[in-house]
Amino acid sequence: MAKKSYRTAINDALRSEMRRNPDIIILGEDVAGGQGATGDVGVVGSVFGVLGGLYKEFGPTRVIDTPISESAIVGAAAGAALTGLRPVAEIMFVDFVGVCFDQIYNQAAKFRYMFGGKAKTPMIIRATIGAGFRAGAQHSQSMHPLFTMVPGLKVVMPSNAYDAKGLMIEALRGDDPVIYLEAKTLYDTEVEVPDEAYRIPFGEGRVAREGKDITLVAFGPMVPRALAVAETLAKDGINAEVVDPRTTSPLDEDTILESVEKTGRLVLVDESPPRCSLAADVAAIVADRGFKSLKAPIKSVTCPHTPVPFAPVLEDEYMPNPRRIEAAVRAVMKFD
Amino acid sequence: MQLSRDELKRAYQRMFTIRAFEERVEKEFAAGNIPGFAHVYLGQEASGVGVCHDLTDEDLIGSTHRGHGHCIAKGCDVKGMMLEIMGKAGGLCGGKGGSMHIADLSKGMLGANAIVGGAPPIAVGAALTQKYKKTGRVSVAFSGDGASNQGTVFEAMNMAVVLKVPAIFVFENNGYGEHTAASYSVGGGSIADRARSFGMPAEVADGVDFFAVHEAMGRALEHCRAGNGPYALEIRCYRFLGHFVGDPQAYRTADELKEARANDPLPLFRKKVTEAKLLEASELDAIEKAILTEVEDAAQTAIAAPPPDLKSLEKDVYARY
Repeated sequence: MAKKSYRTAINDALRSEMRRNPDIIILGEDVAGGQGATGDVGVVGSVFGVLGGLYKEFGPTRVIDTPISESAIVGAAAGAALTGLRPVAEIMFVDFVGVCFDQIYNQAAKFRYMFGGKAKTPMIIRATIGAGFRAGAQHSQSMHPLFTMVPGLKVVMPSNAYDAKGLMIEALRGDDPVIYLEAKTLYDTEVEVPDEAYRIPFGEGRVAREGKDITLVAFGPMVPRALAVAETLAKDGINAEVVDPRTTSPLDEDTILESVEKTGRLVLVDESPPRCSLAADVAAIVADRGFKSLKAPIKSVTCPHTPVPFAPVLEDEYMPNPRRIEAAVRAVMKFD
Repeated sequence: MQLSRDELKRAYQRMFTIRAFEERVEKEFAAGNIPGFAHVYLGQEASGVGVCHDLTDEDLIGSTHRGHGHCIAKGCDVKGMMLEIMGKAGGLCGGKGGSMHIADLSKGMLGANAIVGGAPPIAVGAALTQKYKKTGRVSVAFSGDGASNQGTVFEAMNMAVVLKVPAIFVFENNGYGEHTAASYSVGGGSIADRARSFGMPAEVADGVDFFAVHEAMGRALEHCRAGNGPYALEIRCYRFLGHFVGDPQAYRTADELKEARANDPLPLFRKKVTEAKLLEASELDAIEKAILTEVEDAAQTAIAAPPPDLKSLEKDVYARY
């Protein structure tokens, strides 16, 4: 099986599903690129190149460049979904959700419930997340807790290319609005990815590394970080299990609880400010449903309660880094 | 365009249904039978009915918080609406939407929308579907003068022009956004001019006159159905009541309220069709009588109906979760 990048895996999923289902359209800023310009159209394929070649294959009726106009992009996607299409809208950086959040949480997320179950809103909003790009406070956030708390939305955080493809196909074949969060720092990471289509059901987490001493639950781009720390710890005889929930809504509580039942110890790794984070959410769930399994207090490794800083040394310290993850694990392991 | 007798009857039937329905809503709200808020469409009947008259169930509309009239104009069931507004089982949305979220997708009614400026981007998406699927249908975004100041509406108009979709932006300018006059809040004064500046044709229509609205809408439909992109109508109308039922309206003078009531679309319609000998007064009277019975029945049924089953609370959040 060939290795493919996270970027290519997402592209594969979109391409094969667009071939299969003519109702799928893509819209957003520079999803093709070059409209109205003097040179070639379709040469951008979204700012991180995820949509490369799709315009060439599917043309301007299916890969639709829009103005920089997020409310209209998301609103148009919601209206198109409500009337029979399966739009894939792009919000280039998730930080931009502030200018279109109404269309997400008040409109698309609520149609089905408000309209008594008579509506379906099969749409995907793709957005890039995460710090580490030296992009400053307005291009570096993750915002997944904000989406996770909205009833009606499903929230997907792939941590590797294999999952990225299977989760995208699942999203494209479902009938609900999905927030699909792509980690900027993972675009070039590669794993083996089958050429054929496959689905990964939402709400089914993955044990990314088996272990018996402590459970690390990490989200999206924090999964590879947690795995790297687990390898370091293994040299000292600490055998950590790493759980990747893959989707935060629905959340696979059972896989997390089963792991904690086995290890009795839990550290959460979440690239998010600490308050109302997924870390806080999962900690509360485990304290409630898994209290008897715990041998030590739960610890969370999150970002501080600050905006994302620009200076590289500050940004590196802001993110849950290996040093902080390792320190949290050792503290939990020491607890008697 | 000359309308047939049947079409004229249907227009009056819908306008009078809105009138009777909304007066009943006013009454039932005062009686405590309607939870929450109610924003009624009294005085604006000719606008919604004129706009929707030539639309089919496959044409789409997005509405506003003041959406009962649009629902009726689009053919929604009055009993289902009353049940919904009273929060009862069997309502158009199972009692989960309420007055500000009524929808009936089977009638092309994509929902009242309680966010001012919420519907136009959605209507653009619905129009995109029509263009993509080559259905020949249109999508109408109802907004008020208040929503004409929202950025979402500007974005929707620009996007509709850029994507050249069959969207019709209908701005019902009733002179007030909540309790603030459009003369204060709409910079530049003309909503139609704003729409034009985005690169679409726009016209102002007299919302008291069903025929003026219907004719303007006919031009909009012709434009959209020919694949020429969006169109806008600024429909000037009067809001008989306040922002919501029970609004004491100290911000409007007695003279102004009297003037609004004098600009009543229903007597004007009656006058026009009877003077032109298109319909008899007795025929219009018979329509009114039948509607009053229907609305009475809807209200009684809704008052007597049970509330939604508590088991429905957690249903229909997702298609699958």
